[in-house]
Amino acid sequence: MNLVEASGISLSLGGQPILHGISLQLQAGEMLGLIGPNGAGKSSLLKIIAGIVKPAAGSLLIDGCPLNRLKDQARARSIAYLAQSGTAHWPISVARIVALGRLPYLGSWRSASLEDRRIIEQALQRTGLLALAERPFPTLSGGEKARVLLARALAVEPKILLADEPVAALDLSHQLEVMDLLRQHCNDGGTALVVLHDLRLAAHYCDRLLLLYQGRTLDSGIPESVISDNNLQRAYGIRIRRKGGSLMDAFALTWSKTGDQAGSCGSD
Amino acid sequence: MIHPSQSDDQNHHSRLLALLAVVTACLFILSLFVGSNPIPVLAAMMDAAGDTQSIIALILTEVRLPRALIALVAGATLGVCGATMQGVLRNPLASPGLVGSASGAALGASLTLYSGIATSFWLALPAGGMVGSLLATLLVYTLAGRAAGTATLILAGVAVNSIALALISLLINLAPSPYAVREIVLWMLGSIANHSMADFWIMLPGTLLGWALLTGTGHSLDALTLGEETAHTLGVNLDRLRWRVFIAVALAVGSAVSITGAIGFIGLVTPHLLRPLVGFQPGRLLLASALGGAILLLCADIGVRLFPAGTEIKVGVLTSLVGAPFFLFLIVRSRRWQT
Repeated sequence: MNLVEASGISLSLGGQPILHGISLQLQAGEMLGLIGPNGAGKSSLLKIIAGIVKPAAGSLLIDGCPLNRLKDQARARSIAYLAQSGTAHWPISVARIVALGRLPYLGSWRSASLEDRRIIEQALQRTGLLALAERPFPTLSGGEKARVLLARALAVEPKILLADEPVAALDLSHQLEVMDLLRQHCNDGGTALVVLHDLRLAAHYCDRLLLLYQGRTLDSGIPESVISDNNLQRAYGIRIRRKGGSLMDAFALTWSKTGDQAGSCGSD
Repeated sequence: MIHPSQSDDQNHHSRLLALLAVVTACLFILSLFVGSNPIPVLAAMMDAAGDTQSIIALILTEVRLPRALIALVAGATLGVCGATMQGVLRNPLASPGLVGSASGAALGASLTLYSGIATSFWLALPAGGMVGSLLATLLVYTLAGRAAGTATLILAGVAVNSIALALISLLINLAPSPYAVREIVLWMLGSIANHSMADFWIMLPGTLLGWALLTGTGHSLDALTLGEETAHTLGVNLDRLRWRVFIAVALAVGSAVSITGAIGFIGLVTPHLLRPLVGFQPGRLLLASALGGAILLLCADIGVRLFPAGTEIKVGVLTSLVGAPFFLFLIVRSRRWQT
């Protein structure tokens, strides 16, 4: 069964049409990249699937159940949402922010159990934040903040992870790290819908891509078919200069982590 | 391996709450001992317990006890409501009165004093305060609209507060007698003196109801740290949370303020003082701020009794005199968190 099945999703904001009849399916183990130029409606689509924005039309099934019939708590346990340039409003420590990911399991009264703490610890460890656990959030660098918020989303242990430009603030090495974590989430049986601007990362990490343009699906499918001369021309108005190879060579990921850079994350 | 600091953290928080509770209890007892006439409090307690109608027993049960109880409950109300408002609006400048409860209560109470109903019917003053508080809160909420952003809510609150203050000025201006003017102005200064146990019993149900509505909102306030959209995806129904908090604050602050008059800065300053001690977590701040607010108001009320002045300083005047510069100091100190 599809974890997410959206069909005919439309949305207008203030009389302005944002999305027209978007459909998509996400299966367990699958990572779908949402690409397209600025203003194509990528973030809006993500917010609709997260339940933050109600679509004007269309149906949306989460694990076979209509999203609007899910209870708040059940929805919060299945879907984690990683906002674009998210922030924290009080100077709370890193560990406490990550712990917020367990709130859907606590209700109004219970405090974190040993199991919750183990999961929080694991999320900190996977994102390389153990050494920063006690640091107040405002004292972190942009990249560290992005990883803390990802760790918060991972601590939900969601089936569905929605990430809006999760690598926007990160350096090359941390971009790979975050994409690896999202990939790992999918390999463990979850699914991820990720808004990406870097088509090289999208082509390398995603199983399928959905190309949005002016609120419509321009193309969808495996990266090799979506990243075409025609699509790039229509969506972005760009033409790729080739150095003899195929088009996908221009979007090959030509770097990888060595794992031994000086001052590796979380070592200080 | 479990992070060792997390269970330490829980212990640290429990110790903080225990300490605040002990200080509150000590100040409450001290408050019974301090007054213009020194009385043997223990003997008075014996008399009161033994149904002996001595003067000292009357002073204890009819003057000092209601005063201490009202300071305790009103202070706790202002503290917890301030912490909640700052959490739900994610604005450290929010006070319990921001969405209209305090100024609405002041207008309602002033109307009963202006019209003279307050002198002919003893329940009219607190009832006017309660109704004014609820109406002003509903007005703010309606003006801002259902899906209002935090800024819109704050602006609507500021507008309604200004209207209420303008109407109070008009009432003072048009007051039929100097007596009514004096009553309104003295009420606005805020005082816990000269209240009876009856006043305390009037104030109690509304405040307890407000407190009850606020319990269990801690996790939702924690989630709001990440912003409204992310909090929504963590299962927080923001619309329901706001309704619950605003009604609770209107009930609790309305009840407390209609008895004590306007007492400023307790609700604003208490959460700021305690926030670093609870790791800046909005949920944990609630109970701590209730105790902290009680401590500050008991201190202030003991303070005004120790003033050597001929006329007793009103407690609302003292909290503003001390609170405003202190708040300024907190703002300057908190600049280091700004990035």
